[in-house]
Amino acid sequence: MNQRSSNLLDEALGLDQVIEPWPLRGQVVAIEDQVETSGSFVLHHLLKRSLSPNSSNVTIFIAFSQPFSHYDRILRKLGCNLVSQRDNSRFFFFDMLKLQCPGITPEGGLIALYGKIHKTISALPEISWKNVSIIIDDLSLMEVAANGSSDYVLDFLHYCRTLTSEFDCSLITLNHEDIYSSEDRPTFFIQMEYLADILIKAEPLATGLATDVHGQLTVSNKGRNKVSNFHFKVKENVVECFYPGRS
Amino acid sequence: MAESICRALRDGALEGELAPALTIKDSVASPFALQVFSHVLSQLFSSILAGKSQSRGLVVVSFSRSPSFYLDLLKNKGTDIASSNNQIQILDCYSDPLGWKDQLAGSRNFTALSNEVLVSSTAIVFREVKHMDKLYNSIIELGKGLVGGGKIRFSIAIDSVDEMLRHAPVSSVARFLSNLRSHDQISSIFWLLHSDLHEARVTAVLEYLSSIVASLEPSHQLANGQRGDLENFSLIKHNSKKGKFHVRFKKRNGRVRVMSEEVHIELSGINFTSLPSEGAINQGLVPKVQFSLQLSEKERIDKANVVLPFEHQGNGKPIQIYDGRRSLVDGKHERPFAAVENVQTNENCGSGEIIYYRDSDDEMPDSDEDPDDDLDI
Repeated sequence: MNQRSSNLLDEALGLDQVIEPWPLRGQVVAIEDQVETSGSFVLHHLLKRSLSPNSSNVTIFIAFSQPFSHYDRILRKLGCNLVSQRDNSRFFFFDMLKLQCPGITPEGGLIALYGKIHKTISALPEISWKNVSIIIDDLSLMEVAANGSSDYVLDFLHYCRTLTSEFDCSLITLNHEDIYSSEDRPTFFIQMEYLADILIKAEPLATGLATDVHGQLTVSNKGRNKVSNFHFKVKENVVECFYPGRS
Repeated sequence: MAESICRALRDGALEGELAPALTIKDSVASPFALQVFSHVLSQLFSSILAGKSQSRGLVVVSFSRSPSFYLDLLKNKGTDIASSNNQIQILDCYSDPLGWKDQLAGSRNFTALSNEVLVSSTAIVFREVKHMDKLYNSIIELGKGLVGGGKIRFSIAIDSVDEMLRHAPVSSVARFLSNLRSHDQISSIFWLLHSDLHEARVTAVLEYLSSIVASLEPSHQLANGQRGDLENFSLIKHNSKKGKFHVRFKKRNGRVRVMSEEVHIELSGINFTSLPSEGAINQGLVPKVQFSLQLSEKERIDKANVVLPFEHQGNGKPIQIYDGRRSLVDGKHERPFAAVENVQTNENCGSGEIIYYRDSDDEMPDSDEDPDDDLDI
């Protein structure tokens, strides 16, 4: 099902072979993008992979950016039905668009969110724990929801990381590089780079805009000590990844 | 050089002196501090087990990684953890540093998992990382639990100071580290630091507190810090597996010793080798353009032979330099009659002379006069 074209990305992430047990278990995957090259397609691709019929993966999706209908529409084009996955308890959608409630402090809100995630995973049978993926879209909006306090968000991310050690699940986050580019020391952004086991950067080409290529992806896989770089083009139903010069 | 570090930590502290302290610092461009830290930790622990070091126990204060990471690390190096329970203790500041799990357990149906029990004999969970004093006391208590009271010393490894600096001001962290160094039961102490997460002054404070500073730098600096260019990709790939390792020792006699090595990151671990010669590195980095950027041997010799127009050449004799005032008769250099071209070159012609052609005959020799003299102010 259109698997051939995303093979380079799957290969770089270790998803090209068996996906049961989930190859990304116990790892933190950080996706970084820019305005010109949105990295959401990587998020959608990982979501599709984790909800593949070949695996028993469970995904907890924490959405600060878009409502459920948005992801449903996109994943439908990729061949995945989020509604039925949600009904089958393989997909848990935490709508955080309204996190800003009066009376709840940012820290309190994040502690509660952590508790909710922990509870959701604990409720699953123990064998499924390592097949759980926690996806956060996206970190900069989480910072906004926490009233700009990156400290609380970093604390929350730390606790999410303890989930990866506790349950052996995986954590996938998306953040935008250009939001922090004006700062002298983008601490929050750099912190994620240190935390990540796999770092995926979506950047425009050095040569500028092009019709055949939307941008380049650089995947740094610390666990495998491997760095890959290739171009991508986002199409209607699929993302094509290819080495430079071969589209 | 990595050997020297391990030796210094092994030898420990002298009576009445501060314990040696090591900072291992890196940046995103060469993020290998964890591998170096793990290497130093496993080496030190091996010497502790073998009885070859001053310290008799190791306390690991772990903020960034779970205790099982360290236990697995030592197990993979061949250490039998089960039997060395009384020589290593881990203060677990990773699992619940701010007490969130306690808070949640109090309010709703939160069941903390019990896989912490597996490591509980070697790891104690610490829940109040914002309180430096309590942290200090817990570390000392753990250490004394390992080696007893009295004169026996233990070592401390902190992973990492960045997390501490997030929760407490730099002055508290500095005081905390200083107090640890002055405690008479501490043999040596080392910590990990990511320099780009903090202001320069914070890194400077920690470096002042250390007797050894080990820093990791990328083998190749990326152009303008840009990481988007494909040309830089090969450098990124190179930097992801190799780096430069600089160590600065502050010795007891006041001297400072600086050493450098190259570091290679492999899946199996980290390797230290001596630095290759500069030329070998630079060869691969000269951009391929259509003109020659290098000097040939002859060109280099000729360039060295040119007498520069300074007043003194350092050999006691005053030098007469052509400054444009010599007459036609005088001098070895001829003034061509209709020299239109403005040729001023430091020509290499064996003797290394500077040849100066005047623009035209009408031009007056260079004058000493101040060109502003004719201003009527």
